[in-house]
Amino acid sequence: MTAFYLDIALFAAKLGLVFFVILTLAAYLVFAERKILAWVQDRKGPNRVGPFGLLQPLADLIKLLTKEDFVPAAADKWLFYLAPAMAAIPAILIFAVIPFGAPLTIAGRQLPLVVADLNVGLLFFLALSSIAVYGVAIGGWASNSKYSLLGGIRGLAQLISYELSMGLSLVPIVMLARSFSLTDIVEAQATVPFIVYQPLAFIIFLISITAECKRIPFDLPEAEGELVAGFHSEYSGMRFGLFFVGEYINIIVLGGLATTFFLGGWHGPLLPPVVWFSLKTLAFAFFFIWMRGTLPRLRYDQLMHLGWKVLTPLALVNILVTGWWLVLIR
Amino acid sequence: MSVKSAFHFMSLFSDTKAILGGFRITLSHMLRKPVTIQYPEQKRTPSPRFRARIVLTRDPDGDERCVACYLCSAACPVDCISMQSAEREDGRRYAEWFRINFSRCIFCGLCAEACPTMAIQMTPDYEICKRDIMDLVYEKEDLLIDGCGKDDSYNFYKHAGIGVTQPRGAGLEESKPVDVRTLMP
Ligand code: SF4
Ligand code: SF4
Repeated sequence: MTAFYLDIALFAAKLGLVFFVILTLAAYLVFAERKILAWVQDRKGPNRVGPFGLLQPLADLIKLLTKEDFVPAAADKWLFYLAPAMAAIPAILIFAVIPFGAPLTIAGRQLPLVVADLNVGLLFFLALSSIAVYGVAIGGWASNSKYSLLGGIRGLAQLISYELSMGLSLVPIVMLARSFSLTDIVEAQATVPFIVYQPLAFIIFLISITAECKRIPFDLPEAEGELVAGFHSEYSGMRFGLFFVGEYINIIVLGGLATTFFLGGWHGPLLPPVVWFSLKTLAFAFFFIWMRGTLPRLRYDQLMHLGWKVLTPLALVNILVTGWWLVLIR
Repeated sequence: MSVKSAFHFMSLFSDTKAILGGFRITLSHMLRKPVTIQYPEQKRTPSPRFRARIVLTRDPDGDERCVACYLCSAACPVDCISMQSAEREDGRRYAEWFRINFSRCIFCGLCAEACPTMAIQMTPDYEICKRDIMDLVYEKEDLLIDGCGKDDSYNFYKHAGIGVTQPRGAGLEESKPVDVRTLMP
């Protein structure tokens, strides 16, 4: 009986820790983004609140919480309330299947460092990232504003297109690891990370997840130059904050997934596994921010061209080649 | 490989190179020293001809330069200068009151250019923010300074040649008035 309670306590501790770390990390990623973008533009970035501006996320939070929670007069109220949550919750749920460290042994029992080791983890991720599309689409629709609606439509089209190439780029990984479980996929990369076998799939996946978290150069649903703020134009206060935090949680989670699928997850020499996992994930986050400081936004037709005429066929060819290769070496 | 697809392949190569070049440039800027001036702690020294807070100066003798000619007021594109002219016992004109509304001033410097006596001048003091907008309305006693400002040797009445501060003909570029009777044949 005590063993049962111990299990539950350990699990709850793990859950709480993951939740806390992800939310804090997302808040500080906002700060990191502002800093790094400032450096790219030869500025200093936020440095007034606390030492080196480190309390800036806290100040932002207070600001967002005390802002007016505005709902447009003709908005569809319930959907309007629901949309931010639909954008943020799937993002954080995806992290449940990501193994972020080697299994620990505490008090004689194994504690796998993953919230839920689903045997269909990869499909779970694809499904949840499809649900996240609803946040954008519903948010854009419920605001009852032309800019929001345009942003929502763009988001829908973009996410559906790139989900395809993202899913297809992961098929070779499943073929190599012979499992949908992310824990097994990490285990399969104990010696060689899959990026060595699958550089093309890695590039396709990287481009697709950038589109998937709606970041420059694929930030068409927001496109502040044309659509005010796109699908979240009408949102204010903490509801806007939820969209915002959702985007950064998405960065962390998708970075973690790229790590898991291609960079060998928590495997790495010398340093502890959790540290390796964090380093790789944060490197992806840095890359996303760096990319935002570098590339301009794609035009809508260029976006569709890249997704349907380049990435998807390439991913299909890649699957074929991987298949032949696997048959040949057997 | 056909010519067209070869061309596509080359453009893929050069495009990739271009994108990576962009990444290299942003990275190099990331490592560069920022150009930001941390304002309240660090202040840049504006040049002497910087156009900010306006003052009314005095001539080298310590008298007010302004002769209340209204030229600055007329030149001002936003009409933020107003005054009332008056005359002293000795005939010298001055402004009874003189008011500049700095909440409207656009610091164009046209008033300073229009002024014939160098009375109204721009200074480099740019920190004149106030909580209450009425505090930005400066009266004559707020504007008048003790010094001569930029042209410290200029004294309008020494050049203008009207007999107010000195008898006619005693000015710097003047010769004595001619007694017409001595010209008779
Ligand atoms: S600087 Fe320009 S706007 Fe200001 S008082 Fe002089 S003329 Fe008017
Ligand atoms: S400040 Fe100069 S231009 Fe303005 S009224 Fe006085 S003398 Fe004339």
